[in-house]
Amino acid sequence: MLNVDARDPAALPRLLLTLLCLALLWPGLYVSELNPGVLLQAESRQQMASFVGAFWPPAHDAAFLGLLWAATLQTLAVATVGMALALVLAVPASLLASRALSLRAASQGGRPGSWSRGVRLPVRGLLVFLRSVPEIVWALLFVRAVGLGPTAGVLAIAITYSGMLGKVYAEIFESVDQRPAHALLQAGSGRLSAFCYGILPNAAAEVVSYTVYRWECAVRASVVMGFVGAGGLGQQIDLSMRMFAGDQVASMLLAFLALVMLADLLSRLLRGRLA
Amino acid sequence: MSIRLHEASLRHGKVQALNAVDLCIDKGERVAIIGPSGAGKSSLLHLMATATRPSAGLLDVLDAQPWALSAHARQRLRARIGLVHQAPPLPPRQRVVTAVLAGRLGQWSTLRGLLNLVHPGDVPGARQVLADLGLADKLFVQCGQLSGGQLQRVGIARVLYQRPEVLLADEPVSAMDPVLADHSLALLNRHAQAHGVTLVASLHAVELALAHFPRVIGIREGQVAFDCPAEAVSESLLEALYANEQLASPVSVGATLTVQIPRC
Repeated sequence: MLNVDARDPAALPRLLLTLLCLALLWPGLYVSELNPGVLLQAESRQQMASFVGAFWPPAHDAAFLGLLWAATLQTLAVATVGMALALVLAVPASLLASRALSLRAASQGGRPGSWSRGVRLPVRGLLVFLRSVPEIVWALLFVRAVGLGPTAGVLAIAITYSGMLGKVYAEIFESVDQRPAHALLQAGSGRLSAFCYGILPNAAAEVVSYTVYRWECAVRASVVMGFVGAGGLGQQIDLSMRMFAGDQVASMLLAFLALVMLADLLSRLLRGRLA
Repeated sequence: MSIRLHEASLRHGKVQALNAVDLCIDKGERVAIIGPSGAGKSSLLHLMATATRPSAGLLDVLDAQPWALSAHARQRLRARIGLVHQAPPLPPRQRVVTAVLAGRLGQWSTLRGLLNLVHPGDVPGARQVLADLGLADKLFVQCGQLSGGQLQRVGIARVLYQRPEVLLADEPVSAMDPVLADHSLALLNRHAQAHGVTLVASLHAVELALAHFPRVIGIREGQVAFDCPAEAVSESLLEALYANEQLASPVSVGATLTVQIPRC
């Protein structure tokens, strides 16, 4: 069957890679103790039913809606300010970490020099450090430092997300067509100009969509951090759960759904403008 | 002396693209480079454009050795060299006006370059070079909406706007119809003559090379096969240059060659 004429030299590596992935997944299932059967046991079903049953109808009295509105605004503010601070660090870091601005790469077919690789390494290391500590841990730390309230959430998001944004931006810059920027560098342009004229037009849509998605994640993260006292919707959900007020939890989850839909809409709108 | 190569070689991995090329091109000379596909025409032009570094040998451009200079000085030298790419690498979402004005990024400060991105600073200048190439109406169109031939003309317009002292062109008219190709090459030559610019262009159409350029260099297998005035290029020289032992059936060659056979 596999005579020399019809053989694809990439077939064997692909097969081996697939087998390797399967071999790595199997112990993962085992270690994580995944057992969907537990969900179907009578006791679990009852517990879940009583928890979800209290959700209907969602709370909608004026006093609570006012509280919900204020908490939603606070969550949005935490996510947005946190993202803005994260961008301040992420954008320069991504430019430093990315090969896209290497002068040497422009004349060596994409291979940067050893010196610039040496500079890039510590920046990448910093980004790894920033995002390797989960935002909830930062939030716990900052709640102790600056006290209960949204400031802790803002700082936690700024730190973790600058690491994620910086890494992904750098990779987006490297993944788009490098030739326009290389052509500009070869015509004597500076690096920042070459980046703005050669890389950014191709990367803009992806950068924007990823940023909006991360903003959506930041909204979610700020809710989670509310549970440890960083304000916003999360703190309210925590309080309502402690009071077994399922209807309030339901209202807040609906508000949350609206926020995520808003983020989705925004992302689609911006992508439509840029792509 | 504008460009001088001494024993210059270029290696892409295992492929020897150029093999000990010796070449001198004076200031203001207009030279065509011809040769079969894969002979090293593009490699030679990229070498002259300081886009790639020779793996051996010496390169002098505008009385400087680009690879002995500091990175900063090399960028300043590069701003005086313009290269027209065969398929101009332009971001599809960039507007033509921005793509053309980007030609002078090497001469502008970074701040001016960034401001120009927000609001194009020299629209009349860009319109002028595009008008010479018959593209004035495409000034505010996105590059992605242009055809291959139109993109090539935008690439030429960018380099004309750059006003380099050495103008290199890698198959600048390969996607154009014969009339446009003729017009664009004539424009490049007029520009070179008017401003004393050194012009080196690689072409796959021998006819165009002989019609527009006083000096013709034939490249085969990474080496200079001949280097002589256009009048001295003979039928036998061309046959030796383009001879292809690998083609099994030379039947279709006749049809394509009728367009390219030189009139000399």
